[in-house]
Amino acid sequence: MPEPQNPDREPVIVVRDATATLGARPVLRGIDLTVRRGEVVALLGANGSGKSTAVRSVIGQVPLTGGTVELFGTPLRRFRHWARVGYVPQRTTAAGGVPATIREVVSAGRLSRTRLGIPRKADRAAVDRAIELVGLADRAKDSVNALSGGQHQRVLIARALAAEPELLIMDEPMAGVDLASQEILAATLREQVAGGATVLLVLHELGPLEPLIDRAVVLRDGCVLHDGPPPEAVGQHALPGHDHVHPHAASEPVRTGLLS
Amino acid sequence: MEFLDPPFMQRALLAAVLVGVIAPAVGIYLVQRRQALMGDGIGHIAMTGVGLGFLLSTSPVWMATAVAVAGAVVMELIRWYGRTRGDIALAMLFYGGMAGGVLLINLSDTGSNANLTSYLFGSLSTVSSEDVTAISVLAAFVLLVTVGLRRQLFAVSQDEEFARVTGLPVRLLNLLVAVTAAVTVTVAMRVVGLLLVSALMVVPVAAAQQITRSFKVTFVLSVVIGVGVTLSGTITSYYQDVPPGATIVLLAIGVFVALTVLAAPLARRRARRGETETERCTLEVPAARPAPDDVRV
Repeated sequence: MPEPQNPDREPVIVVRDATATLGARPVLRGIDLTVRRGEVVALLGANGSGKSTAVRSVIGQVPLTGGTVELFGTPLRRFRHWARVGYVPQRTTAAGGVPATIREVVSAGRLSRTRLGIPRKADRAAVDRAIELVGLADRAKDSVNALSGGQHQRVLIARALAAEPELLIMDEPMAGVDLASQEILAATLREQVAGGATVLLVLHELGPLEPLIDRAVVLRDGCVLHDGPPPEAVGQHALPGHDHVHPHAASEPVRTGLLS
Repeated sequence: MEFLDPPFMQRALLAAVLVGVIAPAVGIYLVQRRQALMGDGIGHIAMTGVGLGFLLSTSPVWMATAVAVAGAVVMELIRWYGRTRGDIALAMLFYGGMAGGVLLINLSDTGSNANLTSYLFGSLSTVSSEDVTAISVLAAFVLLVTVGLRRQLFAVSQDEEFARVTGLPVRLLNLLVAVTAAVTVTVAMRVVGLLLVSALMVVPVAAAQQITRSFKVTFVLSVVIGVGVTLSGTITSYYQDVPPGATIVLLAIGVFVALTVLAAPLARRRARRGETETERCTLEVPAARPAPDDVRV
């Protein structure tokens, strides 16, 4: 495995020989991954290569059948400082079954700092800042139901940023995002990286984020195929076994608002 | 205000107000999680509690609460571990609870089908002073949870996976919602009845969200609608001598329809207001219009 670019910096994420299964099917078959402070690492690969499972196992959302995960030097099992981690799950919508404003959804991201306490002035300011970062300040009081796909993704990222995390973990933040939103997201991310944030993100294609990425890890069939500089000039759709499927599942239930 | 005179009506109205407040307050989280029918399931399970209460000659309200809470906890456990077979397990629980209730109530000496009907569809005259005490205590608990933990419950109901990554005790909060919903079902049982409880948890929320944009306003408005329909429904059934549950639920559906009709012009007005704020297309794209020398091949 090639050595990361800054071997002297402390590792933020360390995954060793991770294996995981979905039902009986092995999804991860022994993955090693180290992300050091300040690095921006993209996880690439075809659908079903295990990249989503890999990031979700890093934050404990997929149980490992073997191997270890450490966050900030602490074994995942004992890790409690969740405010240091900002997570953007793979979603096509930020909406739930009841109307909610952008501000209300983003505020949920601050709970890792306020916990069961009442939000203070600093918490409210952080929420406002996060909304501003993704360029939705003028719409903070609008319902998330009224947003476009790209704006939903911006809300989800603002929610992750509300806790002012040191580590951002994003699962396909660019899926189904219009060009304008992609650029705003790239700018937001650039600002986070300039501020010293560490980023691990699952991407389908490098796209407008390419200049930000320090290192790419390509997965295939649950194994690491490549770990090093981002693949150059492969073209956006030239990765091995590329099979472009958007997460806009046709299976998304029709919402009546009553029984859905 | 003649309906205020009989003591049973005073008790019934007090119970109605409490139910009108707490049913939508819990229901909003169930609707947000897209589990609107969970209340219905708990209602079925609570039947066994009512039957048990009659059989053991203890208070059916407390017995129903105990059984409903146990049932709700089991439902949550099934949701965690069940995965694919979850819905079958829930069906067993629901219908088993219902059948158990009917069986137990007929086995007991004091219980009868008339009694059962009062629990199924609500009854004004049967709300006793002990019921009022029990309802008040339970309603206070429900209100404490649903209002006191609104930020946490909102986060968990909006996006469970994200909430787990913020470090919230998601399982505990889910369990709390389930227990709170179970308690609400038994509180509402005397007024709207077990079969219609779920309607009062869901319909005011569904009605409110036709015209709201934020969770906060939806919460407040659905509670207002809840109290409005339970009060007016209780008073109506006093004069018309019909089960209050039916009146209340039909009134709630009426509000839902009215607000849905109202929602369309409201949305149009909001859209118009938005339009004046954001400019219309001003940029002229040459390619958008066929150029005069556009050669067709």
